Amino acid sequence: MNIIHVEGENKGKIMIYALSTCIWCRKTKQLLKDKKVAFDYCDVDLEEGADKEAAQKDIKKWNPSISFPTLVINNKEAVLGYQPEEIKEKLGL
Amino acid sequence: MIDVKKALNLEVDRVYAKIKKDADVGGYHLNPDVQFAKDLVLGLLINEKRYGYWACPCRLASGIKNEDVDMICPCDYRDADLIEHEACYCALYVSSKIGAGKEAAEAIPDRRPPKEAREEAKKKNKRVRRLPSLPVWHCKVCGYLCAREQPPEICPICKAGKERFEVFA
Repeated sequence: MNIIHVEGENKGKIMIYALSTCIWCRKTKQLLKDKKVAFDYCDVDLEEGADKEAAQKDIKKWNPSISFPTLVINNKEAVLGYQPEEIKEKLGL
Repeated sequence: MIDVKKALNLEVDRVYAKIKKDADVGGYHLNPDVQFAKDLVLGLLINEKRYGYWACPCRLASGIKNEDVDMICPCDYRDADLIEHEACYCALYVSSKIGAGKEAAEAIPDRRPPKEAREEAKKKNKRVRRLPSLPVWHCKVCGYLCAREQPPEICPICKAGKERFEVFA
């Protein structure tokens, strides 16, 4: 799986499962970039074969309908969709 | 030398103008944030190149048209989302209120059922009882109904392809 790291302030382990073509995913990434928060992301539509399957399996644990973006915080909780207020609250921004 | 970026922008502009015109004629509205809408059009064009069809830019395509037919833009869920949430899932299409710029579109939950539920619904749909004369075909995109042996090649109302029709009665 091709996981890309974006540098910034450490606010915990943040992983965004995204689609490269999705505007709401782009907004979610941009929100964290604007707030200078470090995060990882994976554009699942650019994955292929076993990696694409594995990414969907990971997302399913947090979000049974496998929608995007799915933002996982510290492997403990997830924010589904572009929810700027919920993201800011959960990350203490 | 061919300027690829310029050519792509021209193509996005051309497709945007076309779907804008179709939306206006059909009583639909595109997102008034033109850049937002054009970014989605670019996503559609990328998906057309990747998969051969206009998979929703905000949903994960399987690459198998038959499995994704419900989420080819405009998707089967657009009209219900416009009524309930004032925008479709990706927010390319919005209600007249948002179209007029009175409010901005927000992210909404996905109405598309998970894969297992979709497959179950497909099986059920095959068991629909037919009336003795002609089947009634239902356009899942815009709701157009017609009684004939086969659905039309293209929906005369919303221009969706024949694969978007189901037997209604």
